[in-house]
Amino acid sequence: MRVSMDIELQDAPGQLVQALKPISEFRGNLVSVVHHHEKRTPRGTIPVQVVFETDAFNVSPLITKLENLGVGVIRVNEEKFLEKGTVVLIGHIVHTDLEDTIDTIDKTGYAEVVELHLSMPSINKSSSASFRIDAVGKKELKDAISLLRSVAIKKDLVLIEPIESEIL
Amino acid sequence: MKTIKASIIGFGSVGQGVAKVLLRKKEELRSMGLDIKVVAVADSKTSVIDMNGLDLAHVLERKASEGNVGDANITGHDIIRDVDHDVVIETTPTNINTGGVGLQNMLMAFNKKRHVVTSNKGPLALKYKDLSALASKSGCAFRFEATAGGAMPLLNLVRDTLSGNDVISIEGIFNGTCNYILTRMMEEHATYELMLGEAQELGIAEKDPTYDVEGIDSACKLVILANAVFGMDVAYEDVHVTGISRITPEALMLAETNGYVVKLIGEVNRQRIQVAPRLVPIGHPLAVGGTLNVASLQTDLAGPVIVVGRGAGSIETASAILSDIISIYKD
Repeated sequence: MRVSMDIELQDAPGQLVQALKPISEFRGNLVSVVHHHEKRTPRGTIPVQVVFETDAFNVSPLITKLENLGVGVIRVNEEKFLEKGTVVLIGHIVHTDLEDTIDTIDKTGYAEVVELHLSMPSINKSSSASFRIDAVGKKELKDAISLLRSVAIKKDLVLIEPIESEIL
Repeated sequence: MKTIKASIIGFGSVGQGVAKVLLRKKEELRSMGLDIKVVAVADSKTSVIDMNGLDLAHVLERKASEGNVGDANITGHDIIRDVDHDVVIETTPTNINTGGVGLQNMLMAFNKKRHVVTSNKGPLALKYKDLSALASKSGCAFRFEATAGGAMPLLNLVRDTLSGNDVISIEGIFNGTCNYILTRMMEEHATYELMLGEAQELGIAEKDPTYDVEGIDSACKLVILANAVFGMDVAYEDVHVTGISRITPEALMLAETNGYVVKLIGEVNRQRIQVAPRLVPIGHPLAVGGTLNVASLQTDLAGPVIVVGRGAGSIETASAILSDIISIYKD
């Protein structure tokens, strides 16, 4: 998951390196570091914003470690899902247990259906639905869509997936 | 000046297009040092032969007025076997189940050491390996640009212009009929049946549209690309195919709300060959409308290369056939 953290450092040499070291110790992959040296907090410390990717279970011990080192952790924002995707389904979506179709994704733990739009023009006609899926990463999004693919085959639904190429 | 004796076997829309193009480009071909002399033309019932070269304008007129090309009762297959010539232009209709007369014609041509230039997908989708092995054993050229993308250059693009590149994948729209129907469904918020009807009225879709709308045509083209570009050994059965007949206007609108159009996309790489309706981001190079075809090639050196063009049509297909004939004699 992606974590964005506001921390505060003492105005002394070597503080930034000391604060970043534990992040890499906890297998964090740094995305960005913004060091506001010109801004001072009322406490006389320097605010720094760091963004990194790591596994969820690393976050809490990392915070403890930082605090033990005298680094103030002011705000932590965890963003679990980094990848977003859309698919469209056609067929008897509701009568083939829509809840079960959604559960296929939600049960994975790495992806969730976050939005569903359903269009049912008349009782005997095929319904159409768009699913927005959030996943923790690219691979997980692909895995979630391929799970949905097997469900679609089983329930005789047409699954319209996004194209592979990423030219733009 | 090099004189090339050719036959046109199959004189429907494509065969006639070839005759028209050869007439129109006679001078340009001569300036390249090529004198292409058509010594025989066969349609499904009749044929005409003249070893001094046929008057193609006359053959086209007769086909238009009487519905046949001549009085000779000799089949295309017999012409390939018995008439002395260099290149067989094979433009009989595609038969995806048996390969049809096209397959027999091509086999005979190679046995008689004649080059083959074709627009006929059936034999290639079924027997590519056998045909290309026989062609190289006989020392014959086997060219089929028209089968993969119509007028859109793909095979020659990869072989000549992109040579040295490794093609990683090809994906695109390989059927203009499907693209037309999907484009119009989206524009008019209309049903598949309604827009199929419109396409049929305009002559864009056949009376029996199965071959196009169920993705069979696109699948044949992917098989040809898989074999010819990726060196795979696959046939039609190896393609996962989903057509467009179950697409609803509501699905297209939901896609649009999310920033996508729906296109029948063919995709080939070393792992999979698939034809299916897919979501293409609006504004993406693959999101072309109308009857256009498009192909995006991912290459290791040049990165993505995209070609857009007409996938069908009499003169357009003949353009690919002409470029194939020229390429044989330029080599």
